[in-house]
Amino acid sequence: MPEQEAVGQQGSPAREVGDFLHRRREQIAQRWADETLFRAVFTVSRDEAVEAGRAVVDALAQVAVSGRAADPEAGGFLVVREQLARMGAARTRTGLTPSQVSNDVDALRPPVLDLLLADLPDAPADLLRESSNLLTVLMGTLRVLVLETALDEGQALIDRQRLQLLEVATPVIKLWDGIVAVPLIGMLDSARSQVVMETLLEAVVEQQARYAILDITGVPTVDSLVAQHLMKTVAAARLMGAECVVSGIRPAIAQTIVHLGLDLGTVVTRATLADALAHALRKLGSDIVTPSAGGMGER
Amino acid sequence: MDTAAGVQACLPIRSDMDLVWVRQHVRQAAGRLGFGLVDQTKLVTAASELARNTLVHGGGGQMEAAHVVSGRVHGLRLTFRDEGPGIADLERALSDGYTSGDGLGMGLGGTRRLVHEFAIDSAPGVGTTVIVTSWASRPPHPREVN
Repeated sequence: MPEQEAVGQQGSPAREVGDFLHRRREQIAQRWADETLFRAVFTVSRDEAVEAGRAVVDALAQVAVSGRAADPEAGGFLVVREQLARMGAARTRTGLTPSQVSNDVDALRPPVLDLLLADLPDAPADLLRESSNLLTVLMGTLRVLVLETALDEGQALIDRQRLQLLEVATPVIKLWDGIVAVPLIGMLDSARSQVVMETLLEAVVEQQARYAILDITGVPTVDSLVAQHLMKTVAAARLMGAECVVSGIRPAIAQTIVHLGLDLGTVVTRATLADALAHALRKLGSDIVTPSAGGMGER
Repeated sequence: MDTAAGVQACLPIRSDMDLVWVRQHVRQAAGRLGFGLVDQTKLVTAASELARNTLVHGGGGQMEAAHVVSGRVHGLRLTFRDEGPGIADLERALSDGYTSGDGLGMGLGGTRRLVHEFAIDSAPGVGTTVIVTSWASRPPHPREVN
């Protein structure tokens, strides 16, 4: 008679499916090993695929008995989560769309369902229907789980690319002896502005720069935080002995700064990078001379 | 009186990345409604300030963007809502130079100058709601002098 009344009673669908998965563990794992999902991921040996299949069947059995078949967060899935993540990620990396991965996982369902139906020939129709329903739900949850982890992989990729963007988007350019420029592109959030400040200060030391030009032509919005970051960078550069010039302030940005009430009075600003360079050159004692028709003359 | 032509979008404000999304959404929406470049930039900047307030001071929240119509003029109404600690002294928070964090203290007061209409409702412990509206060009009725 029943020993585990609390969890799933004898004859309940949960119990039937759990028992079935335990009983047929080996057959299911063997069949799965021949399906695309396992074959494509475990290319080295079939044994590896079967082993992975066994782990997934064990997890499914545990979840079935626990009565949380529809819950991807169910405790039983914890053990195989990482493995499923690896499998999903491996498939996504080969360029498959989420729906293709989903189909791969769905292909695991028919073999199990066939086995279940073959296994319970004498079961009452009700029980059979409910059991196969439960198994379908369970396999659906598995599908969600693999997709979820595959999407996580996409998120991780985006995070990595964001880090890369931090690095590449802040080059320091030497314009002249003692003059460096940083063309700022995109929004200056706290992380970006930290990178900008560091690279700029390093360049000031390296190039022995007296003038540093911060060009904000590529910054779409200057709000109080961006202004604060700019002013901090200017102040830090000043401490290192370099004078900062902020250039590339577009008309719309200029009006916005005024309305916002930001005081950039302590910062030297110029409309364009060319103006800023001319300003720095003049301060350094050199000037740009255009030879006139007579061969002489200054601007 | 102006009429709301429906909520266009409701964006969550939970992280720095959401701020980027808020700015881009406001810029695009304002562009579609025929905002000039200056008005567009002003509204985007205001949205950036308010969204950051929602994130930093309100502990996250959301922004609703709605297309409003007054006569023949189109406008954009942005509602920033959080359920954070709220603002105890609104008068002081709106004054330039006052900050509870380490910012410049220009955000809230400055934002009021960047938009055509500004309304704030806050209660300590309940949260803060800021509603700003800007029009593609000046609304047809003259501004009231208070």
